[in-house]
Amino acid sequence: MADASSSSHGDLKLTRVTKSFGDFTAVDDLTLTIPQGSFFALLGPSGCGKTTTLRMIAGLEEPTAGSIHIGATDITTKKPYQRPVNTVFQNYALFPHLSIYENVAFGLRRRGVKDVKEQVDKVLKLVELPHLADRKPTQLSGGQQQRIALARAIVNRPALLLLDEPLGALDLKLRRQMQIELKWIQTEVGLTFVHVTHDQEEAMTMADTIAVMNEGRIEQMGSPAELYESPRTAFVANFLGQSNLIRGEVSTSDADQSVVEVHGQKIAVLKSRNRAAGKSILVGIRPEKIRISLPEDQCNGNVLTGGIVSDVSFVGVSTQYVVEMPWKQDLMVFEQNDGGTPTLRPGDPVSLSWNAPFTFGLDGSEDVNAGSEVDDPA
Amino acid sequence: MAFIQSAVTRAGSFTGRKGRLPYLLLLPGMLWLFSFFILPIINLAGTSTQTPVLGGDTGQYVQTFRFANYIDAFNQARPQFARSFIYAMLATLLALAISYPLAYAIAFRSGRFKNILLVLVVAPFFTSFLLRTVAWKQILGEQGFVVPALRSMHIIGQQTTLTASALAVVTGMTYNFLPFMTLPLYASLERIDPRTLEASNDLYANGITTFRRVTFPLSMPGVVAGTLLTFIPAAGDYVNAAILGNPNTTMIGNVIDSRFFRIVDYPTAASLSFMLMAAILILVTIYIRRSGTDELV
Repeated sequence: MADASSSSHGDLKLTRVTKSFGDFTAVDDLTLTIPQGSFFALLGPSGCGKTTTLRMIAGLEEPTAGSIHIGATDITTKKPYQRPVNTVFQNYALFPHLSIYENVAFGLRRRGVKDVKEQVDKVLKLVELPHLADRKPTQLSGGQQQRIALARAIVNRPALLLLDEPLGALDLKLRRQMQIELKWIQTEVGLTFVHVTHDQEEAMTMADTIAVMNEGRIEQMGSPAELYESPRTAFVANFLGQSNLIRGEVSTSDADQSVVEVHGQKIAVLKSRNRAAGKSILVGIRPEKIRISLPEDQCNGNVLTGGIVSDVSFVGVSTQYVVEMPWKQDLMVFEQNDGGTPTLRPGDPVSLSWNAPFTFGLDGSEDVNAGSEVDDPA
Repeated sequence: MAFIQSAVTRAGSFTGRKGRLPYLLLLPGMLWLFSFFILPIINLAGTSTQTPVLGGDTGQYVQTFRFANYIDAFNQARPQFARSFIYAMLATLLALAISYPLAYAIAFRSGRFKNILLVLVVAPFFTSFLLRTVAWKQILGEQGFVVPALRSMHIIGQQTTLTASALAVVTGMTYNFLPFMTLPLYASLERIDPRTLEASNDLYANGITTFRRVTFPLSMPGVVAGTLLTFIPAAGDYVNAAILGNPNTTMIGNVIDSRFFRIVDYPTAASLSFMLMAAILILVTIYIRRSGTDELV
């Protein structure tokens, strides 16, 4: 394929980018590098500034301060049509008056590319819809429109492909399927994908690197596993999957680990996984890491006793327990159903235990519920 | 038509009493159209081929199926026909040129003033059509501000007047039919998803190209509706020509008016009416076919 924009290929760099609308700061001093060829996800609740960030990269908004580079080229003030960047819009924004073929050919024609037909045919084959070339967008299903929106963007071989909640309008089954296809297409065409989503599962499935955004800032950036296993803030811990965060005080520390006192019980936290600056700490543990057992059973690692089962929900592969602790906090426990049907019932007294290295420590000044009340419209 | 057909087809899938409901709903409208449109038109068709009663009074006619009435009438009113269509076309083009930017601004750039602006567009309708046309006579007259201003800027000669001219007639028609152009244009522009314009920008089209390739094609239903709503009444209009024109700017409407009410030559008036209707119908059909907006409307 012809490559109109090779001169400006390279990593995408956002340097101290700020965007304000009146008094409201949508994006606050954002610095970010997205390596060429990666699948990058900007993840966050609605209003966190992720879409504004995307629109600034596309050129649809101009930053209030800061600069945006692709490779060595400064694109901060370039018009959208001057940038080697294409977008897959949230509701696809296909041109209703043009056929599918002309929709896909639109960008090529504007750039005066010669072999339009060959390239359009090729990309329609890639999204597996060559038979729909003569249809109008309204004659297509949501999933088909989504693929055409993707085809219309990638046919231009942009340095950067931006995806704004591209799967938001699809039903769950189709969304799963498209997640896999998008990932496959990204590998196939080798473009840099920047994907904006509020759906943590979608981000985790597809992206190599995720940046979790909150209130115009990046809370944490890393691989999906890194973010999940070692969240650095309560927001990340709660927004990406579920976490149990328990308030405590560091009582003793040695070279490797700290012992934390939580409501009279002792918990070990590895030094390397402890983000708390002072004595006050939030002890974190993911629900699926916890084992639930009867009080008289032998437990190893970190143990919390005195829990009462308050709710049991059976969800097939696992059983989800809500356990009320003596200090009136509810903890979540996910247990694999590998030992047959669960026998615990609401009201049963239990102990909770887990391998000490799974524990993570967050700064005690954080809000336990940060990121957990955020609506997930999915 | 398509709407009625699909409504009827859908109704067809029902059975019994429910199946009759759409027809019942159509009944009042159909009766109205039959009494006040179909019957008068048949009557008019009858009148158009009548001839005067020999030795009878003025206004006494008898049916002789003289179709040559049409040829005679056309030959008499040929310049007025031509003028009607030329003036109507000019007024339509002018109205389009004025309304498009206006409708565009209201649809995309007016923010919280949108409703106020829309009310202002319709506001002239609060005064009578006749009064507004007479007002134009004042505006373009010797006492108005337009003529002295243009004279002092040497845009028109010191002796040139603007009233009683083709210019005044076209200006008056443009003004009077402007809301009929603006509102459909606004409606179709407002319906455009701004994201399609962003998508066009994103796909290497600058502002002008985006307008040519996306905005304008998507507003075509409004352009077609607006031009029809302006052109059709303008072609048959006689008030503007009567008030703002001179004997050399009479339109077909004026001829029909004088044949009916002054000369009492009913057959000629009727045949002229029919020819006007046919001409408009043919022009409109060609226009809609060529603009290809069937699926966008």
